[in-house]
Amino acid sequence: MTAFDASVEMRPKLVGQRVKRTEDPRLLAGSGRYVDDMAPKGLLHVAVLRSDQPHARIRSIHVGEAFTVPGVVAIFDAHDLAGDIRPAIPASRMKGYYATPFRPLAEGKVRYVGEPVVAVVAESRYAAEDALERISIDYAPLPFAGAKEEAAAGDAPLLHEEAGTNVIIARTFARGDVDAAIAHAAVVVKGRFRMTRKTPMPMECRSYLAEWDRRREALTLHSSTNIPGIICDVLGACLDLPGHRVRVVAPDVGGSFGGKGSLNHEEMLVCVLARKLERPVKFIADRMEDLTAMSQAFDETVEAELAVDGAGHLLGLKADVIGDIGAYSIYPWTGALEPVQVVSFLPGPYRMEHYRGRVRGVLTPKPPTGPYRGVGRPTSTFAMERLMDMAARNLGLDPAEIRRRNLVTAEEFPYRTGSGIIWDRSAFQDCLQGVCALVDYPALLRQRDAAHAEGRWVGIGLASYAELTGIGSRIAVAPGMPINTGTETATLRIDATGAVTAAFGISSHGQGLETTLAQVVADELGCRMDDIEIQHGDSALVPMGTGTYASRSAVLGGGAATKAARVVKAKVLKAAAFLMDVAVEDLEAEGGIIRARSSNATITFRDVAHAVYAQMGCIPHAQREDLVASESYDPYLGTACASTHLAMVEIDPATYAVSVTRFAVAEDCGRIINPLIVDGQVHGAVAQGIGAALLEEVVHDDTGQLLTASLADYLVPIATTMPEIEILHVEAELPDTIGGFRGMGEGGTIGAPAAIANAVADALAPLGIEVDTLPVTPERLFRLVAAARNATSD
Amino acid sequence: MTHAMTLTVNGLTYTGVVDARLLLSDFLRHELGLTGTHVGCEHGVCGACTILLDGRSARSCLTLAIQADGATIETVEGLGRMSDLGRVQQAFRDHHGLQCGFCTPGFLMTITDMLRHHSLDSDAEIREALSGNICRCTGYQHIVDAVRELARERGPLK
Repeated sequence: MTAFDASVEMRPKLVGQRVKRTEDPRLLAGSGRYVDDMAPKGLLHVAVLRSDQPHARIRSIHVGEAFTVPGVVAIFDAHDLAGDIRPAIPASRMKGYYATPFRPLAEGKVRYVGEPVVAVVAESRYAAEDALERISIDYAPLPFAGAKEEAAAGDAPLLHEEAGTNVIIARTFARGDVDAAIAHAAVVVKGRFRMTRKTPMPMECRSYLAEWDRRREALTLHSSTNIPGIICDVLGACLDLPGHRVRVVAPDVGGSFGGKGSLNHEEMLVCVLARKLERPVKFIADRMEDLTAMSQAFDETVEAELAVDGAGHLLGLKADVIGDIGAYSIYPWTGALEPVQVVSFLPGPYRMEHYRGRVRGVLTPKPPTGPYRGVGRPTSTFAMERLMDMAARNLGLDPAEIRRRNLVTAEEFPYRTGSGIIWDRSAFQDCLQGVCALVDYPALLRQRDAAHAEGRWVGIGLASYAELTGIGSRIAVAPGMPINTGTETATLRIDATGAVTAAFGISSHGQGLETTLAQVVADELGCRMDDIEIQHGDSALVPMGTGTYASRSAVLGGGAATKAARVVKAKVLKAAAFLMDVAVEDLEAEGGIIRARSSNATITFRDVAHAVYAQMGCIPHAQREDLVASESYDPYLGTACASTHLAMVEIDPATYAVSVTRFAVAEDCGRIINPLIVDGQVHGAVAQGIGAALLEEVVHDDTGQLLTASLADYLVPIATTMPEIEILHVEAELPDTIGGFRGMGEGGTIGAPAAIANAVADALAPLGIEVDTLPVTPERLFRLVAAARNATSD
Repeated sequence: MTHAMTLTVNGLTYTGVVDARLLLSDFLRHELGLTGTHVGCEHGVCGACTILLDGRSARSCLTLAIQADGATIETVEGLGRMSDLGRVQQAFRDHHGLQCGFCTPGFLMTITDMLRHHSLDSDAEIREALSGNICRCTGYQHIVDAVRELARERGPLK
């Protein structure tokens, strides 16, 4: 049997249907349970005093009259926790890397504005915040380099002296002779591209509640995390607790987009405090705290040169990437996650022999960068797709045509890129053609030309990309990271009532996995969807599970679910065959009923389960098996997921605001489990991509202070920002994964920024303007246009 | 400083004493246990905490509990139950208008108000009506679909 089993395809039932979500009723009725909705007896609240300095030594901390505030229970700084908790070390096997220790509260010095320094524990959050105002910290400011280029210089002040440098990550990927390719190319285009710092901004702020069970001397952390298994393991190590005495539960989680996919200072803090005080301790970040101190994203500058021959074929690409990773290398992914992925994915979905990509990750006094939807690829795609358009313009080629000439074709799979990524079969070419057909590309070009003739700033932009999703054990999700991200486990159980419970190590936080995984299990097992409960988001459910991130849960969770369901189904049919006195091969199961093909005799799952568990001696012990199975799945290489985005924009010449007038996506995510959910993921990810292209920017000023600490300053897309998004699902030959699923939750953020940047550049092509920095805010556009007009008038 | 107050929430009357500075959002969530109302920004931008105050949508994070003395409040818990969803809730489910669900109660309350008081004749008007609520998951498209259907039920769109 090959890894891909067609049996699901033979009897399609729920997979592929627009099944309404099982999560919805509770969330719609206000019956969801997020961390801040829990209030165990004796609950204490934490408020955190944060650094107002980007880099400073902590001379002394004055608690003053904070203890006199009614309701204040305790106040802690790092010294008070010494010996209670070890720092987390974000290890990696990368050469020359330094793993910055990560603690609940700053020890000795602070390294970014917003870093937690003092924790006040009180009977209410109101009281805890009152006490914060009475505490003062005496800092000795230290010199710092705020910009990554300055921080990378040899004489820059060091954030972590033990590292001996701020450049804690340096890697190069190379194939062929890119210098020769550039020297002999008909056309060379180059640019210096930058996506500024961004924050994930899920609607629910980070929320943690730790409970210490005195009887068992055990810790339970309720956390708005999407990696409960990883958090559980690291907390156990930091707090010196064995696995059976620490448990991390992610209840309903209000989005993450990567922002809740790493270890947080405050997550460690509530745990150590709950154990110390032997009472439940809760920390709920407010929006300012999340905008200030949640892990952030992007912040790379890419200097790149692309060599192309006279027919528009790509010859080689040379790139130097410098990433601002903030003050700490984030646990567990390390600061390499973002910048190294930029260099890994920069060659894009194209055939190109020569490549050299160099990357450095630099410590600066800002919050750490961490995972954010798309990781690295929004920036790599932005740079590469801009270069593609610049090359096309240089050669007088249509942007669609230059992509058609260079996208890897179906016959070339598997194709290894210059950085070493292997693209396996996916609809690279079909997505480009598909999106052009969907919008009637030639007609759209005529519309644009007519608008240009009227002097309007209207443009069209394309972006093609591919991503690796559902990655198995061959590649660590983050380079050199010693955590197994390549496997997921499903434990499936039928109890005496016939109810099916399927438990996973993944952790749904908006993706609707309770629905999609139930669809997969129902089809595979032959039971009713209503009989299935999907459990997830709890480190205690399966022996090993790392959570939901990197577009892996449908691929890995779906694969593990399928394997476990097959084992349980075999046990059910074996028991049914005994009870019905027919051959097991004669049986089929559907909708919770097992039927003998030869006689039409039936038995329900419920009756089989009852016989197995409750009717003593009904099935002889030697033949009786519990209806349970635990199976893991490792897709090894994972899957490629390809897409092309098309944007049409118009720029208002009075305000320089960009409106997105059309947006279309053609994407190949393999077999679709639930089209409703897939569409929703595309819409949401594209919205975030549009935000990255036009609005969203975290700004620190020269003194290291955050200027975008409210939602009035950090702008995200609202309903009036968004166009209707047109989607074409292209299903190429299915990947070699169980079920044929590809991961697809992140992609919209990858293509949209590049497509919009290209559309804006196209709109301003009459002025000869290139877009090299995102977001293209009205201010940036105004400056670009003013500079171009000045240059023309000189 | 504390004040005595009486208010009606989802048809039930509560009488008690509150701190002058207690936010209405915290009162609903932590004093009454109505945790369906969510807090997303506490500065009046995101709309997650939207409730109906005497029939009109209001930010419960920018309202003091004591300001609601004598008022009638509706929260998401009053729109319907899991087994018997209200019409706006059902339209959200039918159109997949929610993902993580955190902003959803605020949207449901805003839309309840908008359906009562605005014509919502075009998508542009619907999007304008939704523009005071942030959703980070859906890109708004399925929410617009749900509202379009709800608006159409009241009569044909122009």
